[in-house]
Amino acid sequence: MDEYILIFRHEDGKKIASPEQMQKWMKQTMDWIGGITAQNKFSGGNGLPFEDAKVVGYNGVVTNGPFGDIKETIGGYIIIKADSTDEAVEFAKGSPVLQGEGNTVEVRKIAKRDGVH
Amino acid sequence: MTSEELIPHLFRTEFTKITAVLCKLFGIEHIQVAEDIAGETFLLALETWSYKGAPENPVAWLYAVAKNKAKNILKRNQTFSKKIQPQLKNSVVTSSEIEIDLSEKNITDSQLQMLFAVCHPSISAEAQISLALRILCGFGIEEIANAFLSNKETINKRLYRAKEKLHHEKVQIEFPSEKEIDKRLDNVLTTLYLLFNEGYYSESSDNILREDLCLEAMRLTYLLIENEQTNLPRVNALLSLMCFHASRFAARKNENGEVVLYQDQDEKLWNAELISKGIFFINKASQGKIISKYHLEASIAYWHTIKADTKEKWESILLLYNQLLQIEYSPVAALNRTFALSKVYGKQEAIKEAEKLQLTNNHYYYTLLGELYKDINNTKAKQYFEAAYSLAKTQTDKRTIKKKIAGL
Repeated sequence: MDEYILIFRHEDGKKIASPEQMQKWMKQTMDWIGGITAQNKFSGGNGLPFEDAKVVGYNGVVTNGPFGDIKETIGGYIIIKADSTDEAVEFAKGSPVLQGEGNTVEVRKIAKRDGVH
Repeated sequence: MTSEELIPHLFRTEFTKITAVLCKLFGIEHIQVAEDIAGETFLLALETWSYKGAPENPVAWLYAVAKNKAKNILKRNQTFSKKIQPQLKNSVVTSSEIEIDLSEKNITDSQLQMLFAVCHPSISAEAQISLALRILCGFGIEEIANAFLSNKETINKRLYRAKEKLHHEKVQIEFPSEKEIDKRLDNVLTTLYLLFNEGYYSESSDNILREDLCLEAMRLTYLLIENEQTNLPRVNALLSLMCFHASRFAARKNENGEVVLYQDQDEKLWNAELISKGIFFINKASQGKIISKYHLEASIAYWHTIKADTKEKWESILLLYNQLLQIEYSPVAALNRTFALSKVYGKQEAIKEAEKLQLTNNHYYYTLLGELYKDINNTKAKQYFEAAYSLAKTQTDKRTIKKKIAGL
């Protein structure tokens, strides 16, 4: 079994959702993760709040937020266990993040510390 | 109380106290000696009281006899070690008068320290529970065998090996250091949790025994709460969980000893006092920052004390199971989570999730699928219940599943 990271990319991090909308997403996310956990395939994860985010650039230049020329930003990630990339992709399809048009979930296999990858 | 009733009663309460205090004094390697002295004390009580009647203060009488017996043994050993080890100048036991402290404080301290010694990670969980039942709860070998659906011989062997191991590992009867207490406490809580479950879910037909197991687990947990250093949020959460579960004791079995499922229980039989105690301890438990699995399980149990099916109830339970699974995955939690999901989002949604679980060697898995398919596709429901029936091991489970098939 391999580990995969599912990275949530939001098309526009500056969009502000209503508290009701946020709460709905939270609940959906909890239930989605709960479903993965119930299959004993959840390894961990975190939400990454947009506020107070910084980007450190070349020569130590610090800018506010990850929103430069492109609006797209990372909102969080989870790490899951799956037998194949296909299975990981199936998990990703259930992510509530995908309800937002333009949002994506990136599926990446995590390198094993076996000296090969 | 006649001496016939008095002695078994005192045995339950005093045997463990005497054993704990003496064992602390002698060291864990002499656990058998401590048990023997306590046992002989009661034997003498039985012989004497039957003829002369019980003394005015039976507990004081027992303590005095136990003290004398202990002193005699210590003196005998002293002579013994003096004879064979004359080179030892600084013998530990030099005082002519040996103090055996059977004060309330020392009894509680000794029992608490024994609890930590018995729940030592070097011995198996089963052995820990058996030892706790014997040394801290004063259960007889036969009662322990009955609770585990085992025989006396197996239990005796298990206890013997566990004691040997504790001796071999040089486990000290002491309060763990500040640094170690957190780690060791987790093990103690696991044992108490299992001890409670052993009573709550035991297949033993002896109802009194099963309830006793639960009450003892609660008493030992309360011992930890009374101690300042171990009065921690997760200990309170565990006791709260036990209170909520225990509140349904009377409602869980009908007059024929058959299990009554939660949704069929008469909530008038639920013990309101235990429910309010559970609420008291869960409030005490919520003072820290860490959420343990006991917090989550107690909260789930709390919601189950409200019989009516509300949206809020099942949404809360689903959320709690989601969190619980993240802390510690278990097939039971995964199945219960899926049941809660069906209450929130409907059966169709839950079937999709349930089929992903693939817990194909678990009869509860098939029972859940049967429940979900009921009224949607009764042919499928029946097939699943039948699969559950063939996997179920206990008569209680088989009977429950049979009823479900009949009810389709």
